[in-house]
Amino acid sequence: MSAINVATDAPRRLGTRRSWGDRAFRGTLYAGGAAVLVIMGLVGVFLLIRAWDALHRAGWSFFTTAAWEPDSGNFGIAAILVGTILIAAVAVSVAVPLALGVALYISEYAPARLRQPLVSVVDLMAAIPSVVFGLWGFFFLQGHVTGLARWLSTTFGWFPPFTVPGSDPHDPLATATVYTSSTFIAGLVVAMMIAPVIASIMREVFMQAPVGEREGALALGSTRWGVIRRVVLPYGKGGIIGGTMLGLGRALGETIAVYMIISPVFAVQWHVLANGGSSVSSLIALRYGESTPFGTSALMGAGLALFLMTLVVNFAASSVVARSRSGASS
Amino acid sequence: MAVVEVTPELTGADVPRGPVLPDVLETRPAPRREVRRQLSGVRVSDLLNVCGAGVAAFALAALVCTVLAPVTSPLGFVAITVCLFLALYALLVSLTESGVSVRDKLVTVVVHGAAFTLLAGLVFVVVFTFSRGAAALPHLNFFTQDMALAGPLDPLSDGGIRHAIVGTLIQISIALVITIPLGLVTAVFLSELPGRFARLVRTVVEAMTALPSIVAGLFVYATLILALGIPKSGIAAATAISIMMLPIMVRSADVVLRLVPGTLKEASYALGASQFRTVWQVVLPTSRSGLTTAVILATARGIGETSPVLLTSGFTAAMNSDPTDGPMVSLPLAIFQFVKSPEPTMVARGFGAAAVLMLLVLALFVLARVIGGSSPLTKDARRRAREQTRADRRQRAARRRAGRGRRPARSSEPAVATLDGLLPPDPLAAEPGRPHHPPQEQS
Repeated sequence: MSAINVATDAPRRLGTRRSWGDRAFRGTLYAGGAAVLVIMGLVGVFLLIRAWDALHRAGWSFFTTAAWEPDSGNFGIAAILVGTILIAAVAVSVAVPLALGVALYISEYAPARLRQPLVSVVDLMAAIPSVVFGLWGFFFLQGHVTGLARWLSTTFGWFPPFTVPGSDPHDPLATATVYTSSTFIAGLVVAMMIAPVIASIMREVFMQAPVGEREGALALGSTRWGVIRRVVLPYGKGGIIGGTMLGLGRALGETIAVYMIISPVFAVQWHVLANGGSSVSSLIALRYGESTPFGTSALMGAGLALFLMTLVVNFAASSVVARSRSGASS
Repeated sequence: MAVVEVTPELTGADVPRGPVLPDVLETRPAPRREVRRQLSGVRVSDLLNVCGAGVAAFALAALVCTVLAPVTSPLGFVAITVCLFLALYALLVSLTESGVSVRDKLVTVVVHGAAFTLLAGLVFVVVFTFSRGAAALPHLNFFTQDMALAGPLDPLSDGGIRHAIVGTLIQISIALVITIPLGLVTAVFLSELPGRFARLVRTVVEAMTALPSIVAGLFVYATLILALGIPKSGIAAATAISIMMLPIMVRSADVVLRLVPGTLKEASYALGASQFRTVWQVVLPTSRSGLTTAVILATARGIGETSPVLLTSGFTAAMNSDPTDGPMVSLPLAIFQFVKSPEPTMVARGFGAAAVLMLLVLALFVLARVIGGSSPLTKDARRRAREQTRADRRQRAARRRAGRGRRPARSSEPAVATLDGLLPPDPLAAEPGRPHHPPQEQS
């Protein structure tokens, strides 16, 4: 008889031997993820490669030249980039207050039975194709907003972006065409387009504001506005900023609505109310067909610049939202 | 050396078929959720104040516009009215209330105004499109003919948008065939195999949601059409649409999959199911409705994309049902081309096509809501909300019987109407870390 062999306790190594089916499954998943990574990476890399030709030839003047004549070597995105940013700025500054109003109304003021239908309506509006907004802008807004543009330019003409060169407010017979097809009108159309998106995100966050804190504020005698200012808005700050940034990203990339409204000029156009403007995406839509290979390369460069801009905006938005109290829920 | 081996015998029949969800939820007490207080007390004096200020502002503005200042545009009139209204309303309220209350009332009015303005504007966009397209829509040939034989000068009783409708359906079908498998596999990958690689994929996908649609179109134009020599065709357009839809779908499907309770998955593993079995029989059925919603919302987005199609599909006025050969027009592109023409009939056709496109989006959206509302989780929440309401009603009836004659205290009434039974099939609300609209709890 041998002595009882007391084995020393050794920690067991826990592992999983996966079945063949499982391994194949995991392989498929990895392959799918890798495929999406490759496709998406390809878009970025390909843009960079194709744009390289033009970017290399133009050098830094790509960012400072306003004209767009790629075949004679005189091209740059100064004008279109400024145009894009101005359209987006107009859009955001119009859309954000309205969207904030809608979001606050739905989350704070609307009767409970109206709340859900309103949420659906806003979400549905966010899904309306942009070409529909383009139609509305071109056939309705274009004709009806010149009065407002004229009033803005005569009243606030001392503010440089609002001056309209070539207009004479004292001439009663002056034509209204100096006010049409402007950055301002394009911005208004884009504002209508992005407002539901922004409102939807803000509403989502506002509705998550903790009930306890609301009640606390009420118990301390605050009014409804007090609750909004001290509880809802601070809580939803991340959502407000994130929603605005997401709307800004949409506005920067919008093509068709802008293309239908604006009459393209390739000079830096600071006057938002004056006829003519430009944006990167409408430039691409305008010029892709008639371009030489080098011209396409230059368009790729412009597209890349636009993409980088929206990328920065989007990442800033998601990091702001993720770091806020309401969390990365939108 | 212990190896947890999952034998194939165990994985098959022993896993219960179908969603195991309701039973699991049954045993868990409903999560308590605080209920918001409804603060909508409207007093007669508030209404009178608003009406009074409104009438006074309108009259004053009319005076200003006709006598004092030469304001002719209706917009200017409205702007003056609004400013006067705010001032007068503040004045009226301040007669009886304190400063804090005046500010509250003013903000209330401003928020209502902004909300009404935006909602009215959006509704107007839709109504405008339908009213301008109303001339084209009643003609049956608008849906059954193409534009091959109809010129710009032809009346609306000739020609239609059949080619565009068919083109849209073909292109979106091809795009779905590409995006659904790829998107679902990627979303499952992101949720099932987390790690550094998954994080990289997620970051790239998130970055790609920022891709402007025109750049996606330009990419396909430069690769497929210029570099590979594929002609402008339906398949090129579908590829461009897929590139737009893929990140949207992966992202929303990922969010939905992350909502699947970990306990369910663990239960499945504990029963000896393999990972594939768990995904196939627990994760996917549980999130089926959410995934369908993700697909439908991505479809709604892809169907309305104009700019990538503009660059890649070419334009034709004739019917073309072969996506691999020749230009193929889709609804957004047809709208865009129609309204370029100065002819009123063409413009009417453009608006008619826009109305059809919007109806298509609306149908997809309603479908998403209906399907999104029938997940096991929401169904369960709804059932319990119903039971809660029923129990409540019984309790209240009993109380009423007991205390007849005595007036029941008003505060014992539930603060919020039990609307929650109808609550969201809201796909956008399906976010992580958010409770699944648990049943209404009466506090």
